[in-house]
Amino acid sequence: MGKTFKISCSGFGGQGVMALGKLLVYAGMDEGKEVSWVPSYGPEMRGGTANCSVIVSDEPIASPVVDSNIGVNVVMNLPSFQKFVPKTAKDGVVFVNSSIIDEKVDIPGVKAYYIPVNDIANELGNPRMVNIIMLGAIVEALKIVEVESIFKEGGAFEHVFGAGKAKLIPANKVAMEKGAEAARKFM
Amino acid sequence: MAKVLMKGNEATGRAAIQAGCTFFAGYPITPQNEVPEYLSRELPLAGGTFVQAESEVAAINMLYGAGGAGARCMTSSSSPGIALKQEGIGYCVFGEIPCVINSVSRGGPALGTIQPSQQDYNQATRGGANGDYHIPVLAPATIQEAVDAVKEAFEIADFYRTPVMVLQDGLIGQMMEPVDFDVPVKKREIPPKSEWALGYGNGKAHIIEGIVIDAPYCEKKNLRFFEEKYKVIEENEVKYEEYMMDDAEYAFVAYGSTSRICKTAIKVLREKGIKIGLIRPQTLWPFPKKPFENKNIKLFIDVEMNMGQMVPDVALACNDKNKVKFFGRCGGMIPSPEEVIEAAEKIIGGAE
Repeated sequence: MGKTFKISCSGFGGQGVMALGKLLVYAGMDEGKEVSWVPSYGPEMRGGTANCSVIVSDEPIASPVVDSNIGVNVVMNLPSFQKFVPKTAKDGVVFVNSSIIDEKVDIPGVKAYYIPVNDIANELGNPRMVNIIMLGAIVEALKIVEVESIFKEGGAFEHVFGAGKAKLIPANKVAMEKGAEAARKFM
Repeated sequence: MAKVLMKGNEATGRAAIQAGCTFFAGYPITPQNEVPEYLSRELPLAGGTFVQAESEVAAINMLYGAGGAGARCMTSSSSPGIALKQEGIGYCVFGEIPCVINSVSRGGPALGTIQPSQQDYNQATRGGANGDYHIPVLAPATIQEAVDAVKEAFEIADFYRTPVMVLQDGLIGQMMEPVDFDVPVKKREIPPKSEWALGYGNGKAHIIEGIVIDAPYCEKKNLRFFEEKYKVIEENEVKYEEYMMDDAEYAFVAYGSTSRICKTAIKVLREKGIKIGLIRPQTLWPFPKKPFENKNIKLFIDVEMNMGQMVPDVALACNDKNKVKFFGRCGGMIPSPEEVIEAAEKIIGGAE
């Protein structure tokens, strides 16, 4: 039986949670996996919450909505933590942006990774990289996709951000590695 | 060609161009805005015409003109916008105008919400225009199916000279999935449009009619539609999927996004020993009747994002209304697989 990752990415507008999800699906598709990406859309205000459902699977995807039994729960801010963490599956994993969320995950059987993505991004001198750092942590911990599928020529990164942004790949590789390093502390 | 990752709405636009659509008219409304956005950019590059109409009513009547002149044409809207188009759809039916209406449903009634719903089942299959008529309604559940349905809709429209509706919902419109644009769809022998379209008469009258005055003639035309179009469409255009039905004792009945949620529920219910499958209509009109002749099925559990609009069709098809149960959410709420599982267990438990 194949593996299915049911992922929810949530945060506030500008943290790049939609792009984080898209990077996973492009990379997954490139690796021949079944993928789907569903954005939340609604009358959200600027600076409000944003989230997307992502599935990367070895099997055809039935329901593409990940709003219950979340297998991989990525929460980038406190409102997202409060809204989505209770929806984590019994054997699920939560990735918490510990730079701005002080809460701890307290669900038996659920593993949590506390990744201070804002602090790491500030150290790297680019606060916009928070989503890539988190992606690095997720990929390191769960091996959902290969790092190579994200950064190779014509890969996920170029699909999501445009081929013109390929020059930013080296810096983003460093960000991914920093995220991976932070994840290893919990592995 | 390799698969590409695309939003449902954009894929719908691309499929229309690929199918040879040369005219699009529409008015913006969520959750289908990426359809006109894509076509406004891409259709002119493909040599077609994109019009942002002054209203939904104007857009459907532009199809009456463009389709009447022989163009492959499409409009797209969402629930309240489709409501506005109803009169024009009736005119396209009576004028025998081939055209495609893409409908991306959201919660209603009225302006309602912008979240996905299936509350337009009756609107699509019964229609809101006056008179006796049917239009084929295709109900895709994946983006691949949406692309194939749009292409096929143009074929069906031209072959039978009828409006065809592609009924999607906000979820399919907004989500991204890999899609292959090279999947072949069934082609039909379409007589040259110069035989009937405006501008090709060469002295012979080509008339697109909306009023006929003469009652016997009007009846005759109605009867011809039922005999030559609707009967033939019912014989030839029915499409459905049966999922895990071989040994099934119970069957979900669902279309579009809801059918996918049912598939997730089926996996769990089967692990619990409940032999349940899915009958998924891919055409809502003509409605598939054959899969409901299955005498092994104790209960048909209709699951929709509405209050049970398909129930009468299921009851007619299985010819036993006592066998038909329903679970649904509405107003833009998507049922979770867990809710569907719980509802099914309750319904099945009550029956045993």
